Amino acid sequence: MRKLLLLTTVILVGLVFIARLFYLQVYGGYEYNIFEDSAIRKEYNYPKRGYVYDRNGKLLVANQPSYDVMVIPREVETMDSLKLNEFCKLLKITKEKYLRKLEKATNYSPRLSSPFVQQLSKTDYAVLQEKMRKYDGFYIQKRSLRSYQTTIGANVLGDIGEVNRAIIAKKPYYKLGDLIGKQGVEKTYENILRGVKGIKFIQKDRFNKNIGPYKNGTFDTLPKPGKDITITIDAQLQAYGELLMTNKRGGIVAIEPSSGEILAMVSGPSYNPNLLVGRDRSKNFNKLYRDSIAKPLFDRGLQAMYPPGSPFKTLNALVALQESVVTTEERFSCAMGYRYGNRKMGCHAHRSPANMNIGIYESCNAYFANVYRRIIDKYDSPAEGMDNWSRHIKSFGLGNYLNNDLSVGQPGKVPTAETYNEGYGKNRWYTTFTISNAIGQGEVLATPIQLANMAAAIGNRGYYYTPHIIKEIEGDTIPLKFTTPKYTTIDKRHFEPVVQGMFDVYNKGTANMLQVKGIEICGKTGTAENFAIIDSVKTQLTDHSIFVAFAPKDNPKIALAVFVENGYFGSRFAGRMASLMIEYYLKGEITRTDMENFVLRYSLEHEYQKPFSGEPFGINRQTTLEAIDEKAFQKLLKLKAEIPKS
Amino acid sequence: MLRENQRRFKFDWITIILFLLLVGFGYLNILSASHVGEITSYFDTSQLYGKHLIFIGLTFVLIVFILSFEAKFYERFASIIYLVAILALMGLFIFGKDVNGARSWYGIGSMTIQPSEFAKFATALAVAKYISDLQTNMQTLKDQIRVAAIIFTPAILILLQNDAGSTIVYLAFFFVFYREGLQQVYLIVAVSLILIAVLALKFGILTTAIVTLLALLIRYFFRKKKRASILQYVLVLLIAVGFGYGVKLFYQHGLKAHQQNRITIFLRLEKDPIKLEQMRKREAYNLIQSEQAISSGGLTGKGFLEGTRTTGKFVPEQHTDYIFSTVGEEWGFLGSSVVVVLFVLLIIRILYLAETQKSQFSRVYGYGVASILFVHFTINIGMVMGLIPTVGIPLPFFSYGGSGLWGFTVLLFIFVKLDSNKINEW
Repeated sequence: MRKLLLLTTVILVGLVFIARLFYLQVYGGYEYNIFEDSAIRKEYNYPKRGYVYDRNGKLLVANQPSYDVMVIPREVETMDSLKLNEFCKLLKITKEKYLRKLEKATNYSPRLSSPFVQQLSKTDYAVLQEKMRKYDGFYIQKRSLRSYQTTIGANVLGDIGEVNRAIIAKKPYYKLGDLIGKQGVEKTYENILRGVKGIKFIQKDRFNKNIGPYKNGTFDTLPKPGKDITITIDAQLQAYGELLMTNKRGGIVAIEPSSGEILAMVSGPSYNPNLLVGRDRSKNFNKLYRDSIAKPLFDRGLQAMYPPGSPFKTLNALVALQESVVTTEERFSCAMGYRYGNRKMGCHAHRSPANMNIGIYESCNAYFANVYRRIIDKYDSPAEGMDNWSRHIKSFGLGNYLNNDLSVGQPGKVPTAETYNEGYGKNRWYTTFTISNAIGQGEVLATPIQLANMAAAIGNRGYYYTPHIIKEIEGDTIPLKFTTPKYTTIDKRHFEPVVQGMFDVYNKGTANMLQVKGIEICGKTGTAENFAIIDSVKTQLTDHSIFVAFAPKDNPKIALAVFVENGYFGSRFAGRMASLMIEYYLKGEITRTDMENFVLRYSLEHEYQKPFSGEPFGINRQTTLEAIDEKAFQKLLKLKAEIPKS
Repeated sequence: MLRENQRRFKFDWITIILFLLLVGFGYLNILSASHVGEITSYFDTSQLYGKHLIFIGLTFVLIVFILSFEAKFYERFASIIYLVAILALMGLFIFGKDVNGARSWYGIGSMTIQPSEFAKFATALAVAKYISDLQTNMQTLKDQIRVAAIIFTPAILILLQNDAGSTIVYLAFFFVFYREGLQQVYLIVAVSLILIAVLALKFGILTTAIVTLLALLIRYFFRKKKRASILQYVLVLLIAVGFGYGVKLFYQHGLKAHQQNRITIFLRLEKDPIKLEQMRKREAYNLIQSEQAISSGGLTGKGFLEGTRTTGKFVPEQHTDYIFSTVGEEWGFLGSSVVVVLFVLLIIRILYLAETQKSQFSRVYGYGVASILFVHFTINIGMVMGLIPTVGIPLPFFSYGGSGLWGFTVLLFIFVKLDSNKINEW
């Protein structure tokens, strides 16, 4: 027995040691990850983020250096209050904030670095840089922030902000404190603009001193600079569009029909993109984000879905011709509206009976109700007719995402037989149930960019290019899908009568006041009824003012949709703005200063206050125009004069 | 003639191979732990790994020297070797050199020699010599006191030189005494005292008293025959409580601050977890670094010379007492387990050989060798992995240092020599 004491003890100790080793190295041990190894310092070298230019080569977005104080909590020594005070003073934060931030960083990871104080000013950086080595666990990381060379296009250009943890979990390239495109082209072209950051692995000793490159720098990489991009936006036109949208809410999307390039993409109200740069970004962003009334972050050109109204009639005319259910000369009478069953769709006073040309330029509801019924009723069942109609309409890019390179978008809506089957039951509905589609009200919804694209397709007589924002990528080509035309289901020969109708809208129709000398504009006015819930009562508000146009009539250079919330009838605001945009783009100057003065002088802010006033209010015909004061008006004129020419 | 030859080479090759494996692997780890920058030459004596290579070379000279003596020489001269060792330890008080607060070295030019490393085998020889005397009976108090004197003389001298770690090693001889007939009651008392000490520190005197009382009651009622008087039980209880109290007092006032902290951290005597963590960070820096280095090795390790914490010299004293953390980081669970197994095999082999000795001197000495290696192995690796409080003693054959390596080599190879001679014994 006595012989066994030491023997058993030795074996026991051996087993305990192996168990402990197993616990430390296999069970509790983690997969070796150099990024979590505190013996290796990781030095990131952030590449230059690509610049953004407008279509004329004007620099829109550049960079400015920025310095962040980073912390690796595990390496932070406990400081006595004197040293801590001094450090907090340098960082310009309170002691409590210091402790709170340190705790937060520790909770994230004691091993990995977290940003501590971000985006120091240049002077703070200069002071801090000298003294940084005194504080273990802290270091300064240089990054590159955006520097906007312009005050326009916030919704187009977007911004960059710090990655959040959800992104890091999905994309391990990003480390806490890195910046990533959050909106606009910064978001969609993040991978191109960003480049690839370089990394240096440095062997540290226990005093946190660098003792040389890790494995002779075999794993080190150089930063790859981000590529510059040129976007399709015409900065001058964009600026002018934003100016016109002052004191109004709505969107303008202008497209070059021959290429699908987006020339301008205005959303009102807008904001200065410089608000979202630097230390105040989150404060300013929250302010914009929380504005649930004006919704400045809501890109109305891309995200607002409205019933398109009268401009949609042009498509019904095209479908009818394609389906050979009417000729251009066939006439339908209109007695201030269209009767079906015991109901009536109203219309206004105009020449009757109307052929297609009159139908379009007078925007006759009765004409299109008849045409629409023929389209649907051509087939044995309304369901079949509806699906056929829907297919034609969708070929214009309506009713689905455009699948483009913008960071936000909405699909809009084009009903199919299924839509009504769901609502009424299979075979339990008739064409008249859907008659509002004839005039673009009913179940149809579209975003301004979809309407602009529709105008481009009409202007092109039957095809369009997916509207896109990218024009050139440094040393690369743009995606093929943007340079391949998409054909509509309508034959080219059917377009001419419709184009003529739209041209006559300007000549003798609802937009004859909006002509611009020397430019053949084709357009179509529209209004959209809209409602708001006020104190849980559905209340009608003043109609949205809509206008869709392209110009010149042949080989159009610009197609656009303008949308002004609660602007009342189509030619009142949207039509004027469309004409002004066209003239500005094609001529580079404005001859119709009367229209310009009207648009700039009259504000719709009072209209937007109505639903929140708590008092009863009138709409449409009962509204009045309210002019801004002279000083503000002069300021706008001055702003116009200051738009840089490109 | 043939038989002569056979006899001469009857060394236990298993022991020798295990020894070579440990020394060789130890050298690789010292190389990794001590190199600064590029390794230009393995014989660069300005570098620690170069020096250690020389120590290893001299070790072989030493082995030949030891094996060339008659086996009987060691038994005959055991007392003199012991005396020389004691004198060498005493001489330190006059001629010694202070290194890190411990007066344990003789300086000869740029060389230093640590006599305490050699005192171990000297003591083992002396103990073997005394116990193997026909008149010695380990059951008697007289002989117990005398062998205690043999081991405590060097132990106390070393403690006085501020080398508490090396002192603890002398407790290894308990295993030897027990094997040679020391009464079981000592084992029971020793284990009880350790339990009482831990109880008293961790849970206080009252809990200690209650637990001891319960244990005594159980013993009282289960032992129907030969019951001791109640008075004796009360006495034992009083002694236990008194010892517990004494331990507590000693912990509070008798220990140096750093020793006290090590025990506080090990037994988690600080109740506030935040304070304990701060204390760990402040006082147990080596341990934290060592544990991290070992953990980061994972299953297979980062590879020879590839350990980032070893290269960055994160673990202080890594080439000496903390050499095992290099093994852990660079060779992982597999390599570390191999080292543990090698040590266990070596110790078991020595124990086996010791039991097969015909002479009691050889057996006792062999037991002493096994016990000393075992205590070093247990304390060192246990400490590096955070299983026992920090005690600074080297890992045999592994840690950097000439005195250590030679001390253990002499210790082991005297036994190899004794073992090779066993056919001649009767």
